[in-house]
Amino acid sequence: MSEEFKVEIVNPEKSFLSNENVTEVVVPAFEGEMGILKDHISIISFLKPGIIKIFSKNTEEKFYVEDGIVEFKDNSLSILTSSIFSLDKIDRDYVNQSIQDAEKELLNENIEDQKRFLISQKIDVLKSIGSN
Amino acid sequence: MASLDDLKKRIVSVKSTQKITKAMKMVAAAKLKRAQESAEKGRPYSEKMNNIILNLADGISDKENAPKLLTGTGQDKVHLCVVLTSDRGLCGGFNSNIIKKAKVYFGKVLDEGKTLKIITVGSKGYDQLKRLYNDKIIEKISFKESKNANYFDAEKVGKIIIESFLKKEFDVCTIFYNKFKNVITQIPQAQQIIPLKSSESEGSSSEDNYEFEPEEDEILSNLLPKNISTQIFKAMLENSASEQGSRMSAMDNATRNAGEMVEKLTIKYNRSRQAAITKELIEIISGAESL
Repeated sequence: MSEEFKVEIVNPEKSFLSNENVTEVVVPAFEGEMGILKDHISIISFLKPGIIKIFSKNTEEKFYVEDGIVEFKDNSLSILTSSIFSLDKIDRDYVNQSIQDAEKELLNENIEDQKRFLISQKIDVLKSIGSN
Repeated sequence: MASLDDLKKRIVSVKSTQKITKAMKMVAAAKLKRAQESAEKGRPYSEKMNNIILNLADGISDKENAPKLLTGTGQDKVHLCVVLTSDRGLCGGFNSNIIKKAKVYFGKVLDEGKTLKIITVGSKGYDQLKRLYNDKIIEKISFKESKNANYFDAEKVGKIIIESFLKKEFDVCTIFYNKFKNVITQIPQAQQIIPLKSSESEGSSSEDNYEFEPEEDEILSNLLPKNISTQIFKAMLENSASEQGSRMSAMDNATRNAGEMVEKLTIKYNRSRQAAITKELIEIISGAESL
């Protein structure tokens, strides 16, 4: 029996990616990284800024996301996100700009702790992308 | 009868109008293709979003404490209507159809003695509504600068709606837009987004038991604002496809009408030219006879 399932990434403008045979997907879920294999229980969760890794037989793809929702059901994983970039194609300038914006946002003292946490998370991820 | 010169001028002017409408039709056709494509591409996102929310809403255990965006304020006094129209004219009945639909709803709300608030998106809607409902319009938004419908614009509108909902400025929110069916048919729609109405309840989805991470309520309260932006974005996409379709068929009609007019005017022109020649001939012949 094959160990493959289907993943679909959609953003508001279009269907970003659809792959019928992936073996494992790692998503930066709200409460930590979550690896999803075939026959996972139905789940709905949030994404925080981070890297989505999609493994199929011989290849591995990585994407950077800022937010989103994942739904897994009947061996089909849907990821809804408004901002997603393939790591291979991501723009250095965009990364640096986002880091700057996020750091500025962090200086604002009126934001909630949770949001502060998300932003610092975002900075960490972006920095690790930038340094590669 | 109009002189030959006048007729000639009219023919020329109708012909140049026809050229313009023809060009507009071509442009609309090209844009329609793109708009239709993006409307179709955008559908999976909003559908998935809706499904997830419906699943969540079914699974929610504590109905009392469910987020207000889902269940509403429990009251039904202040209605907010978001009317999405285009920024440009010359697109047939596109804008008037939305306005007509909206006006019926407005009338109903006012008849029941409830308060009405209006947000117009797109300048044409504002132009048509300001005469009758100027005091009801609380905000007018226009995205003239953006070429295509994009998500950031939708998010802006969504934010305005959510903020005023959190300030308890309204109880029910409905959006009006044209749903794109095909080039000649666009259906004006009224869609209630707050409180969320589960329009289609699928039997299969409710049987699934989901694992939630974090808790349902937290997911819902994060997801619902996003859903509003998504629904507005969907409406904007449908609208832009409808607008181009509507413009295309309107311009097609105009081109055809102009063609008919040119034909009629040409016949008239030829007849009067012939009449003038005949008249001159008669004058010459009768002049020669009298000699």
